Amino acid sequence: MNDTDNQPGPAGGGNGARVLRIRDLVKSFGERRILDGISLDVSQGEVLVVIGPSGCGKSTLLRCLNGLEPIDSGEIELKGEVITRPGTDWNRVRQRVGMVFQNYELFPHLNVLGNVLLGPVKVQRRKRPEAERDALSWLERVGLADRASSFPRQLSGGQKQRVAIVRALTMSPEIMLFDEVTASLDPEMVREVLDVMLGLARQGLTMIIVTHEMAFARAVADRIIFMDEGAIVEQSAPDGFFESPESERARRFLNIFEFSEKRRE
Amino acid sequence: MDLDFVIACAPLFAASAWLTVSLAFWGIALSLALGLLAALAGYYRVPILRRAAGAYIELARNTPLMIQLFFLYYGLPRLGILLEGRTCAVIGLTFLGGAYMAEAFRGGLTAVGRTQIEAGLSLGLNRVQLLRHVILPQALAVAIPVICATAIFLMKETSVFSIVALPDLMYLAKDLLKEGHSTESNLMLVLSYLVIILPVSLLFAWLERRARFAGFGS
Amino acid sequence: MLDSALSIFVAGRNLARLWEGLEITLWISLASVGLSIAFGVPFGLVMASGRRFWPKILRLYLEAVRVVPVLVLLFLFYYTLSSAFSVNLSAYVVSVLVFTIWGAAEMSDLVRASVTSLPAHQRESGRALGLTGRQVDLYVVVPQAVRRLLPGVINLTTRMIKTTPFVFFINIPDLMKVGQQIVEVAGMRNHLASVWVYGFIFLVYFAICYPVSLFSRHLEGRWQS
Repeated sequence: MNDTDNQPGPAGGGNGARVLRIRDLVKSFGERRILDGISLDVSQGEVLVVIGPSGCGKSTLLRCLNGLEPIDSGEIELKGEVITRPGTDWNRVRQRVGMVFQNYELFPHLNVLGNVLLGPVKVQRRKRPEAERDALSWLERVGLADRASSFPRQLSGGQKQRVAIVRALTMSPEIMLFDEVTASLDPEMVREVLDVMLGLARQGLTMIIVTHEMAFARAVADRIIFMDEGAIVEQSAPDGFFESPESERARRFLNIFEFSEKRRE
Repeated sequence: MDLDFVIACAPLFAASAWLTVSLAFWGIALSLALGLLAALAGYYRVPILRRAAGAYIELARNTPLMIQLFFLYYGLPRLGILLEGRTCAVIGLTFLGGAYMAEAFRGGLTAVGRTQIEAGLSLGLNRVQLLRHVILPQALAVAIPVICATAIFLMKETSVFSIVALPDLMYLAKDLLKEGHSTESNLMLVLSYLVIILPVSLLFAWLERRARFAGFGS
Repeated sequence: MLDSALSIFVAGRNLARLWEGLEITLWISLASVGLSIAFGVPFGLVMASGRRFWPKILRLYLEAVRVVPVLVLLFLFYYTLSSAFSVNLSAYVVSVLVFTIWGAAEMSDLVRASVTSLPAHQRESGRALGLTGRQVDLYVVVPQAVRRLLPGVINLTTRMIKTTPFVFFINIPDLMKVGQQIVEVAGMRNHLASVWVYGFIFLVYFAICYPVSLFSRHLEGRWQS
């Protein structure tokens, strides 16, 4: 893997080099069309936040990007390489695409270090001492250096999710996918995870984030993608989107959100 | 109670007990291997093997070990397959035990969540790595209580081995019965089985408790 | 090939004798299961009762029975009881007695598990509806416990049927013993007698146990809650 890939991009995200190119992506579950012709480009260092009502297909979109869901038609290109042809070596692609799940999915039988090292040592065949140094420095950066030998059951939700992020990062992926990573967390733990992600965004990591945390979306995104019923309805800069959404559907979605936000207070 | 008789017979019981232990050991070890293979054939839906494994599991679980052994020891030689008593005993125990172990492993394998597998895939693990590093360790932890119970069950099933002319504990006890002293010899029979099974059963209880404390709940 | 098989089963009263052997097998099994339930249910209820003394005694009984092979118990009761205490029981009585001692222990554990696995809030919500303690037992606890219990009881039946061949060791003419006798006689003239007879008995056991296991699994699937 080329080290320059992870060099910080210019502030404001996106230095032009295209990391991901999606064209006319279609995915159905039986009769139901979940993704209905998605086209999207993501450039180096860009942070995309995908929002939309539940069931709009945003999680499925992420899962298609690393081959957890086979697609029906369309094309996905990762750094100029088409990865949707039959015979694609998904194991190789997945090393370049990091994914963090809603429910952490740490391996319960391995301690924190074991979880983080599984990919680098077994998949990438890196030397253990070197991979371990790398892993520990990442753990340190997310504030978990002292938990390296803890088991997942001994960690809080927020800690588990930070470990899951580190586990994906130590593979040095070219792009990171975050699938509602704070949705299962107790409210007081959401912040620590979002802070880590914000830090990564500032360092110029290319990321696609699916989230319901609107304030965070606004703070972290270079571009907001609003999806509904399997299609991209609107995409724009965060400030513009949250202050004056173009589409009626986005306005309605944001309204509902604000209403529920107010009710909660 | 005739102590002289007890002392005189002790070496005989020790020898028979050792035979039982070694046959049980091989039967259980091979059961684990066969059971794991059968369970994996089902888990990965391997086309023909999966059905074969399913049929085997039903056949073995729904027939007594004794008739399985009778067939192996008295039936097969007539078909030109001559097996020694010990071999029959180990094959029979493995045939029976493999099916129960397969069920134990199957329970463990189905307990590993779909999302755990996806997390492993997302790291770029291939199928073998996924099985070795993600699926099996978790499946095993879930299956351990059933595996232990099955192992004990198999140890007790060894008590019928005298029907394939093996000089095991039951064989010895029946033999000594002819010489009188039934109380003493029966006492030693029970004692021998206690010496064999009790430590294993206590060890397993401890193992299960440990597996529970290390419980994975996330 | 088939001729040699048919000749055995047609010869003399062979088929009728196998049938009689099977009847003995089934009678011993069913009598033992019936008695196991009769003793196992109260034992299990006592074990689940949370009293101090009796559950411990029953637990000890359960573990003691579990640590010794049933065949050894059968041997002990048949030979030691008769010689040491000069009680002369028939082999049939001894076999049902021993299988019941084993079966009642297993049954009590099933009952205990099915009663104690019932979440406490089930009982509490019954009380909250204004039911009396007895009504809660009758309408809430018992129906659910029975559902949890039934697959295990049916399972115990197949285990019992697979355990009865042990009576071979105390010379009861069950299916196995009859089979062996037939092979001994026919085997002199018919080279494949043992293959046919033991193969047949294997299938008979399977034909009995397999449907019962399927039924138990069916119940388990339907009542899983």
